[in-house]
Amino acid sequence: MSEPPGAAVSLAEAPPTPTDIPSKPAAAQRVQPLRRPGRWIVTAVVLVLVAQILHGLVTNPFYQWDRFRYWFLRPTVLDGLLVTLEVAALSAVLGLLGGILLALGRLSGSPVLRAVSWTYTWLFRSVPLIVVLIFLYNFSALYKTLSLGVPFGPAFVTFDESKLATDMTIAVIGLTLNEAAYAAEVVRGGILSVDQGQHEAAAALGLPKGYQFRRIVFPQALRSITPNYVNQLIGLIKSTSLVFYVSLLDIFGTVQSMSSTYPGDVVPLLMVATVWYLILTSAVSVVQFYVERYHARGATRTLPPTPLQKARAGLASLRDRLRREAAV
Amino acid sequence: MTTAPTLPETAPAALEVHGVHKWYGAHRVLDGIDLTVRPGEVTVILGPSGSGKSTLLRMINHLEKPEIGHVSVGGELIGVKRHGDRLKELSERAILAQRGRIGFVFQNFNLFPHLTVLDNVAAAPVATGRLTRAAAVALARELLDRVGLGDKTGAYPRQLSGGQQQRVAIARALALRPGIILFDEPTSALDPELVGEVLAVIKDLATSGTTLVIVTHEIGFAREVADRVVFIDGGRIVEQGPPGEVLDHPRHQRTRDFLGKVL
Repeated sequence: MSEPPGAAVSLAEAPPTPTDIPSKPAAAQRVQPLRRPGRWIVTAVVLVLVAQILHGLVTNPFYQWDRFRYWFLRPTVLDGLLVTLEVAALSAVLGLLGGILLALGRLSGSPVLRAVSWTYTWLFRSVPLIVVLIFLYNFSALYKTLSLGVPFGPAFVTFDESKLATDMTIAVIGLTLNEAAYAAEVVRGGILSVDQGQHEAAAALGLPKGYQFRRIVFPQALRSITPNYVNQLIGLIKSTSLVFYVSLLDIFGTVQSMSSTYPGDVVPLLMVATVWYLILTSAVSVVQFYVERYHARGATRTLPPTPLQKARAGLASLRDRLRREAAV
Repeated sequence: MTTAPTLPETAPAALEVHGVHKWYGAHRVLDGIDLTVRPGEVTVILGPSGSGKSTLLRMINHLEKPEIGHVSVGGELIGVKRHGDRLKELSERAILAQRGRIGFVFQNFNLFPHLTVLDNVAAAPVATGRLTRAAAVALARELLDRVGLGDKTGAYPRQLSGGQQQRVAIARALALRPGIILFDEPTSALDPELVGEVLAVIKDLATSGTTLVIVTHEIGFAREVADRVVFIDGGRIVEQGPPGEVLDHPRHQRTRDFLGKVL
């Protein structure tokens, strides 16, 4: 553009002629981004701090990385990891199912169901998980047998509790009871977040009640249930470390018992458990991203990009910028 | 009702509202409504906001329950059954089955945002066991073509304009092949330039002989498609008749006041 600096430029009156655009973007017309020196200083300080921490992690002999390497993939440790995974997965699934039932109870028309669900949630959110676990552990001492039959009447089947209640069963039941109480609130919140118009539209179409919940309301509720439940799930993964107190050897339990045998390896063993917990929660977060992306269908006009797509787009825009700057 | 098509006396009314009352707490929303709509008739309900016209419409498919009185569609009582000389509430399952025979189009469309346009239309006939999935998909494509959205089957509702969404909602209601379709202010949530496309679809239904009950503020549209205009105020029918009478020569002051405001 040939206009002198300071001349009034009106986009409406003087659109740039087509020949102006590709060949010579006027450098004088380009808007200079605001300089932010403060941001650069803060960035530098943070980077130095991070570098120090990393340096300390690597060089401090306290962490004994050789012993960490020794323990990290030991079969005993992996056995413990498997127990952690098993307990977490079983109680996550059972807890969510229980939570859905409790949430439906809370939202039902029956005052008895509402009261029972409310009381359950109140009770198991109030009692610490460790108390529940140890209580269950002693349960077989209180009730020697479990029977299925008419209430207060004859029993049809009788179980010997000491055979039924393995350490694994106790751990899963305890965590499930606790998890269901929290999941109930997460699910209830999700269901309430679905617009009333959706319930009305489903009812007006005469869709069967079960179909309304499974195909219309619940899929939409999942959008707000997912992030909250994943939060809950990460808490659950960490809570599995409590099963050590009902003599189940999960990863934390394994690490604890190993460190009483090898007192010199306490720190590297704790690091082994820490890194495995980090890997587990990261895996859950990755799954969360894709689950949320799946449920965003229809809720947003375009889906959020995957990390790969983001990286590609970033590279492309960088290339464009370099090319533009080369042209100037 | 001079312009209504003459029908054999034996044909049951498409819709009969009989002595319907409804309260919200102490507030009386409907105060004894009687209304008969013949098959193929297009009825437009007008009235100031809060007059009870939406409540009346929602009562026809039992989204609202009448306190006194009853509604029947095609000769069948809605939401209740006769038990001697008393009315007993039907089971939820039975009410849902009845609703499948009554189309309802909402002001805010209420499409299912997580389903594609095609699935929004095809879901109900499959879920209610009327059609196989393949037949429902074929029907959905046909209906979407009819409302001019044959090229949007794979889109999600939020990717469409308001007018397009409402046309999908109409196709969704048609997919159950209802004997009567109720419209609750179908164009009130639309930008002015999108109103026309929705009214054109409704007009197409009106001329094809479907029984329609429409709550709307579009007076011009009422004049064009209605066989009968019903004016409601304070939960009562103030007057009704052919659009030429009610809209051009209203007999009641309240009707005149209302038309004076909206015209």
